[in-house]
Amino acid sequence: MDGVHDMGGMDGFGEVVPEANEPPFHAAWEGRVLALQRAMSYAGAWHIDMSRAAQEQLPPQTYLSVSYYKRWELAMETNLIERGLAGADEIAAGHALREGKPLKRKLTRDIVQEGMTRGSFYRQAQAPARFKAGERVRARNIHPPTHTRLPRYARGHVGTVELVHGCHAFPDAVATDKGDNPQWLYTVVFEGRELWGPDCDPTIKVSIDAFEPYLEPA
Amino acid sequence: MADHQHEHGSELSEMQLRVRALETVLTEKGYIDPTALDLIIEAYEKKVGPHNGARVVARGWNDPAFKRALLDDGSKAVRTMGHESRVGDHLVVVENTPQLHNMVVCTLCSCYPWEVLGLPPVWYKSAPYRSRAVKDPRGVLADFGIKLPKETQIRVWDSTAETRFLVLPMRPAGTQGWSEERLASLVTRDCMIGTGLPKSPQEVA
Repeated sequence: MDGVHDMGGMDGFGEVVPEANEPPFHAAWEGRVLALQRAMSYAGAWHIDMSRAAQEQLPPQTYLSVSYYKRWELAMETNLIERGLAGADEIAAGHALREGKPLKRKLTRDIVQEGMTRGSFYRQAQAPARFKAGERVRARNIHPPTHTRLPRYARGHVGTVELVHGCHAFPDAVATDKGDNPQWLYTVVFEGRELWGPDCDPTIKVSIDAFEPYLEPA
Repeated sequence: MADHQHEHGSELSEMQLRVRALETVLTEKGYIDPTALDLIIEAYEKKVGPHNGARVVARGWNDPAFKRALLDDGSKAVRTMGHESRVGDHLVVVENTPQLHNMVVCTLCSCYPWEVLGLPPVWYKSAPYRSRAVKDPRGVLADFGIKLPKETQIRVWDSTAETRFLVLPMRPAGTQGWSEERLASLVTRDCMIGTGLPKSPQEVA
């Protein structure tokens, strides 16, 4: 969806302000949210792209004004409710009012390391790769109303395939409960001037990682 | 956790209550084990951090065969080092040279190589960084006090899929014969994101 989360190239957000000696968490609840997300994701409650999609669907003013971990927490509530794993009444009550649904597995103390290891996103290829390194491709001018990982600033622009990363689960399908629908993944590099016009510094190049359905021959 | 110590404002208090309520519901439903959550938090507070990535970079500087392996398949090479947070399949290491400076961003959310750098800093997740890195990387570098030669090529990697990028910075001059451990002390988090440069030998002397 064309939401405020798709920020690449927007002006007006101001300077980047690094924080000296930043702590891992700025409040204890942030750590709990991170760990809850890890545990629920290990349990197979939802896929990371469903979490991203739920964040993208927050009202833009909410997305921009709340902290990173609060966005995670809000997205978690959305996924729990939409997937029937917990009710809004239970979250409001702070207690389970009904039995839980069976989940794939549970992250316990003894296997916590497993919950901290990223899963693999490689999937069996359904067809040979359409593009190879060095080929010119155009990012399609598409505007799906649902989750996608093709940023707006790249759409319609021509770049060069640089790396072929194999076949991966396709976020656009996963986020809409359509399964993995595996797709080839490419690093596509664009000249800054192709993206931002003739005034762009000529030394700049920007790449995205693009799934095959985002691309067409140029 | 002693989270009552962190109540600084109304939003924090509200969030503490909200997250506690959520955790209670999920525990009672049998989905989670709260003691496993404690261990995850402890790992991110104490074990998984940029020191992991610094070791990778230092070994890359000191061992040409390891550097080749790193640039060829980052995940495979890093796995041989046995990190606390085991590395997934999709780590790509990109090398800075005198002609080329690499910088990593995630414009769509905040994808970051957690396994080697730990939790992303707030600025990495912020709108200013996510919006500007792809359009005005030199301006962003200036926010970090970094000025590169005008002719240096700048390559920005937008982490739009599950691929994760780690920058292998240039080895600082004057470090011949340094051990891996000593070299690692020069490697900052920001230089592995591409918004910084390694420390100079004088800074750690």
